Amino acid sequence: MNEFSKAVAVAFQLVLGLDHQLIEIVSLSLQISVLAVIIAAFIGLPLGAAIALFRFPGRMAIVVFFNAFMGLPPVVVGLITYLLLSRSGTLGTLGLLFTPTAMIIAQVILVTPIIAALTRQLIEDLWIEYEDQLRSLGAGPGRAITALLWDGRFSLTTAILAGFGRASAEVGAVMIVGGNIDHVTRVMTTAIALEVSKGDLALALGLGIVLLTLSVSVNGAAFLINETARRRQS
Amino acid sequence: MTPNSIFVVTLCILLCLATPAKLEAGERFITLASTTSTQNSGLYDHILPQFTKLSGIQVRVVAVGTGQAIKLARNGDTDVLLVHHKPSEEKFVADGYGVERLDVMYNDFVLVGPKSDPANTGSGSDVVAGFKMIANSNAPFASRGDNSGTHKRERSLWQAAGFKLNSLSGSWYRETGSSMGATLNIASAMRAYALTDRGTWLKFANKGELMVLIEGDERLRNPYGVIIVNPIKHPHVKIKDGQFFADWLVSKAGQKAIAEYRVEGKPAFFPNAATQVEE
Repeated sequence: MNEFSKAVAVAFQLVLGLDHQLIEIVSLSLQISVLAVIIAAFIGLPLGAAIALFRFPGRMAIVVFFNAFMGLPPVVVGLITYLLLSRSGTLGTLGLLFTPTAMIIAQVILVTPIIAALTRQLIEDLWIEYEDQLRSLGAGPGRAITALLWDGRFSLTTAILAGFGRASAEVGAVMIVGGNIDHVTRVMTTAIALEVSKGDLALALGLGIVLLTLSVSVNGAAFLINETARRRQS
Repeated sequence: MTPNSIFVVTLCILLCLATPAKLEAGERFITLASTTSTQNSGLYDHILPQFTKLSGIQVRVVAVGTGQAIKLARNGDTDVLLVHHKPSEEKFVADGYGVERLDVMYNDFVLVGPKSDPANTGSGSDVVAGFKMIANSNAPFASRGDNSGTHKRERSLWQAAGFKLNSLSGSWYRETGSSMGATLNIASAMRAYALTDRGTWLKFANKGELMVLIEGDERLRNPYGVIIVNPIKHPHVKIKDGQFFADWLVSKAGQKAIAEYRVEGKPAFFPNAATQVEE
């Protein structure tokens, strides 16, 4: 129990003291994960909706593929991204390894299947409901996708938040492609891993509490915005 | 593809290209692949600011196990290598991946274990005898198991003690597959024996029931060397800045910075560059 009370005290000290390093680490974490989720949403939302609406050969395989890739282990994503971005890899000449960009790329790979798979499910259900109506209006597939994505925007927030949760909580991928370099690629999760390996469990748990608080705040804010918008609409 | 989705894909590519400029302003830096033991000991926080102040070059440390660090250097993903397994380092240079290896410093490994010392290793200085006692008593031993410099040394000590490790793993011999600190956390929780470098041990905050049992054996000496990645293999390597850093490490100023670093009042590393011996 002692370790827990120490950790809470450390967390308060860090937050209230506006620890310079903590701010740097937190803002980098947010920057990377938010950007990764925005990119993943731009790919995953239309992709998921397209899979929901179009019938084509191999569609079932793609559905299964995305569902399975929701559980992609971050370490594997990190390794694949490393092999791509390594100087000896396909994209090595870009020199992106051990930069925040590399971390964003890894997180996009990690998060896109989550957003695409959840979107596919949601849009498929909406399509069943609205198919006749949209068809009678003569909406083409492109129009239908935009209409359904707009109509399902409140439920789709959950898909995006699931992606954000995954991106901000994972450590395996960003550790490999970011390298946990101080002031450059150190984020919340890799900082926690480092403090654990130094045996400073209280500081590690303190950082964990900060991460948790941050995650709760982001989700709370999203929930509030969602609810207000929904109420205004009805 | 609909016009909409083409727009989206373009936007994503633009976003990807825009980030590096925003997040990575053109700083002058080199990448140093090194070991978790040197990072966890806090040495870099002490010496690197001195170098940066002098040269204006930032040193970005990627701390992994020695095995992985050498792999990174082989792939050309780092400019400079500072690790602690001399045979692997010499092979790295002989294979043409490194320019040359320079002695930088050394410290030593220590055998730590629970205060109760169930294997009765005593507080001697014969590490091989201690290993034999641990094996014979079946007391748990936490190994790095990650091909790091410490792990390589530990395996050679087991070999010297006459044990074949492949058949032992999973019984009293537990391979954690993690960093030094994580392995010490596990050893602390399991009350297991473990081989650790002194730097990490001094700085380690979760010692619990663990204490140093065997130290001072010649076979526990732990030398660190610096190698610049060979630009013939990897033309993008920042040879000039990397050389500047390596030269500084073995210079009087660099060696002094290493010698001055203290953990809880004790020196954690002892400089031993060839240049210093000549003076």
